[in-house]
Amino acid sequence: MNDKLRKLTGKALFLPIFCMILVLCINVVYDIAQGNRFYDFFVISIQNGVLYGRLITVLNRGSEVAILAIGMTLVVSASAGTDISVGSVMSLRASLCCMLIAGFGVTSVASSADFACPMLLGILAGILMGGVCGAFNGTLVAYLNIQPMVATLILYTAARSIGLLLCNDMIVYIRTDAYGLLGSGSIGVVPTPIIVALVCVVVASLILKKTAMGMYIQSVGINKKASRIAGLNSKRIIFMCYVICGLFAGIAGIIASSRITSADSNNIGLNYEMDAILAVALGGNSLAGGKFNLVGSIIGAYTIQAITTTMYAMGVSTSQAPVFKAIVIIIIVAIQSPVVKAWFSKRASHKEKEAVKA
Amino acid sequence: MEHDIVVTMRGITMEFPGVKALDSVDFTLRKGEIHALMGENGAGKSTLIKCLTGINDFQAGEIHIDGVEGPVKNHSTMDAQRVGISTVYQEVNLCPNLSVAENLFIGREPTTKFGTIDRKAMVRQAAKLAEELDIQVDVTQNLENYSLAIQQMIAIARAVDMDCKVLILDEPTSSLDDTEVEKLFTLMRRLRDQGVGIVFVTHFLEQVYAVCDRITVLRNGALVGEYPIEDLPRVKLVAAMMGKDFDDLAAIKPEGSKDYSGEPLEIDAKGLSHKGTIKPFDMEIHKGEVVGLTGLLGSGRSELARTIYGADRAQSGTLKVAGEEAKIKQPIDAMNKGMGLLPDDRKEEGIIGDLSVRENIILALQAKQGMMRPLSPAKQEELADRYIDLLQIKTASKETLIRQLSGGNQQKVILARWLATDPDFLILDEPTRGIDIGTKTEIQKLIIQLSEEGKSVMFISSEIEEMLRTCNRMAVLRDGEKVGELDGELTQERVMAAIAGGAGDE
Repeated sequence: MNDKLRKLTGKALFLPIFCMILVLCINVVYDIAQGNRFYDFFVISIQNGVLYGRLITVLNRGSEVAILAIGMTLVVSASAGTDISVGSVMSLRASLCCMLIAGFGVTSVASSADFACPMLLGILAGILMGGVCGAFNGTLVAYLNIQPMVATLILYTAARSIGLLLCNDMIVYIRTDAYGLLGSGSIGVVPTPIIVALVCVVVASLILKKTAMGMYIQSVGINKKASRIAGLNSKRIIFMCYVICGLFAGIAGIIASSRITSADSNNIGLNYEMDAILAVALGGNSLAGGKFNLVGSIIGAYTIQAITTTMYAMGVSTSQAPVFKAIVIIIIVAIQSPVVKAWFSKRASHKEKEAVKA
Repeated sequence: MEHDIVVTMRGITMEFPGVKALDSVDFTLRKGEIHALMGENGAGKSTLIKCLTGINDFQAGEIHIDGVEGPVKNHSTMDAQRVGISTVYQEVNLCPNLSVAENLFIGREPTTKFGTIDRKAMVRQAAKLAEELDIQVDVTQNLENYSLAIQQMIAIARAVDMDCKVLILDEPTSSLDDTEVEKLFTLMRRLRDQGVGIVFVTHFLEQVYAVCDRITVLRNGALVGEYPIEDLPRVKLVAAMMGKDFDDLAAIKPEGSKDYSGEPLEIDAKGLSHKGTIKPFDMEIHKGEVVGLTGLLGSGRSELARTIYGADRAQSGTLKVAGEEAKIKQPIDAMNKGMGLLPDDRKEEGIIGDLSVRENIILALQAKQGMMRPLSPAKQEELADRYIDLLQIKTASKETLIRQLSGGNQQKVILARWLATDPDFLILDEPTRGIDIGTKTEIQKLIIQLSEEGKSVMFISSEIEEMLRTCNRMAVLRDGEKVGELDGELTQERVMAAIAGGAGDE
């Protein structure tokens, strides 16, 4: 019995999943305390032809961070650093896309007849912009050996302002259903962001599994020098990770912009980089690079969203939510710390010994 | 407890997942003795030491230390230092980006009356310490500016300065040259006479007989026995370590040196150089030939090899591989030309610590194939199984992380990585450093075998005997320059004379 438990707790995904369940349990307890049905959190209904429920909200709202977490996981693994520019890059992408679609200087378009360029082109250009930003970061980190935090700080500060410049200092609205499809629309009964995130995760894991990319990235992250001697182009691999991270930031940017059918340079993707980094950490990945666990990061991303959604459901005000979020995160991070882990395993073996004695 | 005993370890048992690393091992260390701890790779030497120094949490057994009540269980190296046990490990575990003085006093810096670090005092004390031990360094320089040998000496100086009762030296001489080894021995003898108990782990038999008073032999995690040095002649020691009679090393080279000058050229380097490390050199290696590079530590042996391989990019000259001009900008270019390099710094440039044995084996072959053409899982398993079997790599499974293996087995994995790419020209830079005799012999045999298969090998080793046994020809380096070549009858005297240079040279 104890052996089985240890095997289970030894699994890489045990803690991320455990933390997720912990957050869900808080919901159950809250519902009981409120006199609701204890399973209220998990109830999924259909309203206006779309799935509805708190669980769906978590999956829907968590899409952007989940998508960012994919790229962030790779960047952390390969370069032992974080890309703090992703939130700003999301915003820049949205601005470029909306500016192209609406035309420069136009603040609002309400029908596709007024589009300055085809919508798809705008969206693609936006994603490409993400890739370009990623390439910029990658060049600084991989080829110029600048510390990741410093290198990405440049776009963290600048990308938002460049976006504002593109939008002529305005919020540009694209008020058509088609543009809103990716963020607030649905395909069948499922909200589109959930599907986009799912596709991103599946594609990324397939690529990592079906090519040697996953091993290359981890190898470079663990030992750059040895990887080079063994024939890997360490620099190119790190560069590639930043480009991928940028592309995913681009995709996350579309969803965020499509949700509000506009390009709000100052607010899109605000502080998302922090959530993405946190998701990677919650997923059990070391921020010192090396081995990574993509599924862990994704679970981490949705855990963060679950915390936020729970706060709002409990009626915590938007301004106070971060405080409670911080408390929950302190607990989760503490559970995952090696010190606490060692303490638990020591207790387990101690108990086992006593059992043997008895 | 006897008065002169400083450490007693009784019934130490230590299990790692899937492997019993130590099985009820006893070990006794007396005051004022140098005690050799011998055994092959994976015999449990390092594990036993780590139990003593608090790095490993052993499952059963007791440790008693002179002057400390009751059984001692250290939980960290800090604990161990508190009871007077200091260690210098196989690989230098210092901070290369800190100064020599900072490294010497890290964690115990002299302070001013305001509680801040007294840098002047630190530098003064460090300089004094270095002078006492006859180490020629500028203590304000960063540690990374010095050779591995000097770094090792600094690590020892640090341990010595901590007023230890027990000094553990785990393979301290692997990266030292003969004069440095002699200096270290002088130091060890001085400490012994002061009453320090010294545990000395090494693979060099000569060194054991040069300084040690007593030998404890381990094999496969179990104690074979403890012997006074005079009761255990060399042959018996080897037999005790291997559990069988010693395979005669001298017999591995086929009789009569073959002349390779008629064979086609595999490597033809003209005027290659890398600024600051190796001056322009020419190098010709024929197909099937084993060429040794010899010279003192820091003479440019590794650097010459690295320049050919593109680990350091050549800044001048031309290179022809198998008759074709080769432009080598980085290692992968060299690999595509059929080369492989086993680097001398296993920890820094060899292993990918957190990847499995399987992944470490297939890495180079995968890199050659390219990212988009992954080796199938079945192929990976097959390669891993084949080389684990062929090189007798001791590992719990092929999915074990390579960093959990002993040093010698890690080296075998790296060797397997290159054999898997089926290279035409393999560079082996200190492949036998820190490796037991059994494995050394295997590697030497492997070199001969590769040569018989028509593959060329460049072999670098600090042990001249080992090169004499395997090489057809030797290039001699001195101060970053290739100064000559030796062929025909190779003898230790000739090689030594060539390395030393000066009068009577060439």
